[in-house]
Amino acid sequence: MSKRYELRFSGSGGQGMILAGIIMAEAAAIYGDKNAVQSQSYGPESRGGASKAEVIISSQPIDYPKATAIDCMLAMTQEACTKYHGDVKDGGILLIDTDEVKDVPKGKFKVIGFPITAAANSELGKTIVANIISLGLITELTGVVTHEAIEAAVLSRVPPAFLELNKKALQLGFDSAKALK
Amino acid sequence: MAEKQKKRLMQGNEACVEGALYAGCKFYAGYPITPSTEIAEGMSVRLPKIGGKFIQMEDEIGGIAAAIGGSLAGLKSLTATSGPGFSLKQECLGYACLAEIPLVIVNVMRGGPSTGYPTGPSQADIMQAKWGTHGDHPAIAVTPAYVQEILTETVRAFNLAEKYRTPVIVLYDEIVGHMREPITIPAPGELAVVDREKVTCKPDEYFPYDERFEIPPLAPFGTGYRFHVTGLNHKKDGFPTNDSKQIGEGNMRIMRKIDNHLDEIWKNEEIGLEDAEIAVVAIGSTARSARYAVNEARSMGIKAGLLRPLTLWPFPDKAVTELSKRVKAIIVPEMNLGQMVLEVQRCSKKAEVLGVHRVDGEPINPGQIIEAIKSFK
Repeated sequence: MSKRYELRFSGSGGQGMILAGIIMAEAAAIYGDKNAVQSQSYGPESRGGASKAEVIISSQPIDYPKATAIDCMLAMTQEACTKYHGDVKDGGILLIDTDEVKDVPKGKFKVIGFPITAAANSELGKTIVANIISLGLITELTGVVTHEAIEAAVLSRVPPAFLELNKKALQLGFDSAKALK
Repeated sequence: MAEKQKKRLMQGNEACVEGALYAGCKFYAGYPITPSTEIAEGMSVRLPKIGGKFIQMEDEIGGIAAAIGGSLAGLKSLTATSGPGFSLKQECLGYACLAEIPLVIVNVMRGGPSTGYPTGPSQADIMQAKWGTHGDHPAIAVTPAYVQEILTETVRAFNLAEKYRTPVIVLYDEIVGHMREPITIPAPGELAVVDREKVTCKPDEYFPYDERFEIPPLAPFGTGYRFHVTGLNHKKDGFPTNDSKQIGEGNMRIMRKIDNHLDEIWKNEEIGLEDAEIAVVAIGSTARSARYAVNEARSMGIKAGLLRPLTLWPFPDKAVTELSKRVKAIIVPEMNLGQMVLEVQRCSKKAEVLGVHRVDGEPINPGQIIEAIKSFK
């Protein structure tokens, strides 16, 4: 089990949680030297509802593609946090958007809060990059992939006109996480 | 010289598109349905660029019917769907079996019955893949479990369809279809691609169901070979017959052409079975859970192993029977209420057989399989 590093990105449909999962998997397996599997679970709606993406990262071949004991989970909404936090392992990290998640679950995991969506709005003027800020936060907090790998993965998924915006979002995540450790 | 292919992160359904194109598929007809839609999307983008044709039909029946037409015109043809659509396709699936039309049908299994749980995984179409269409008929179904394997097994499905002149089903669950893993697209020539046998005789000497052949070659329509195609039992020229001898021979031949080549069609992956006392038989994403569970059991000192059929139909009778003589118990986890377990029980000569089932839209996790393994210790 210790050979697997398990991440879960959860929020509301349309918040880019699945894209965040894909980018993390690419950072690990395409721009890094690990194996990665990304899977997802979502409802019939394309907006709203609880949505989650999971990424398993390992230096070994990955069999079971779903999370079993989560090392790091992101919760962007209260609904997703309540519904999905149960698999975070003892000593794991639960990263929450502090403006959204008011009822913080208790457990033997470490809760780290940051106003992710609000920062996307106030610092960068675009709510849509909240998921990229999250990737910066998670990369800095966990070290599961390198800064270079996550940046290469983000930039390969972004249209040219938005490269700078996404670079800034990622950097905001890196910088903000340093104060949260 | 083929350049080194780059590794990329790809979704299972996208890998299915790559496999179909690698195999030379030039025609797709279907009707989109979750969780198979990415296959239709991918084919609609890619086929026009290589001179192929994509058509979205009015429904799933139209989709397979058009694919049958595409194949009769000589193109390798594909249709893809999920449970509710697979139900609709059954009539034409039987038609393709009897009329001996090569065709690949992908069924990405979601929760059922009926429209059920569109975004949730299931393995409850295992028996439908074999018995969904009425009448005795040959069935070949391949069951990949990894994204890279969806590509290679889709290529194999086309090869089997063309070689044995029969529809072949690619059967996998929503988890495998929607998950993303790093894969490499094989270089041209790296995987074997079987093309349809050419007809060498003159058009006036051609019979599409010539009983002198085990598998008569199929002439493409539009090349001067005129023949009749029907879902009725037929004579060698394709026209219907009431002659019991010809009906019986025709029905036996479509079964025999598969039964005579089981060793070429069967394909299994075996892990740790050399000294196993407890075996797991599983397919698709459940086999991935099983592999994890078997490794965990081994680390606890339990001699466990995995038999993973990549050809589910025809069922690997021989492999399961042999296995059942060597192990104490066989565990069959599957995301349904007991389908493949019936086949394992049928083939099992000695070992105790235990099913592990789940139909709540959640995967069977390794813990459930480990518990089942431990129950025999």
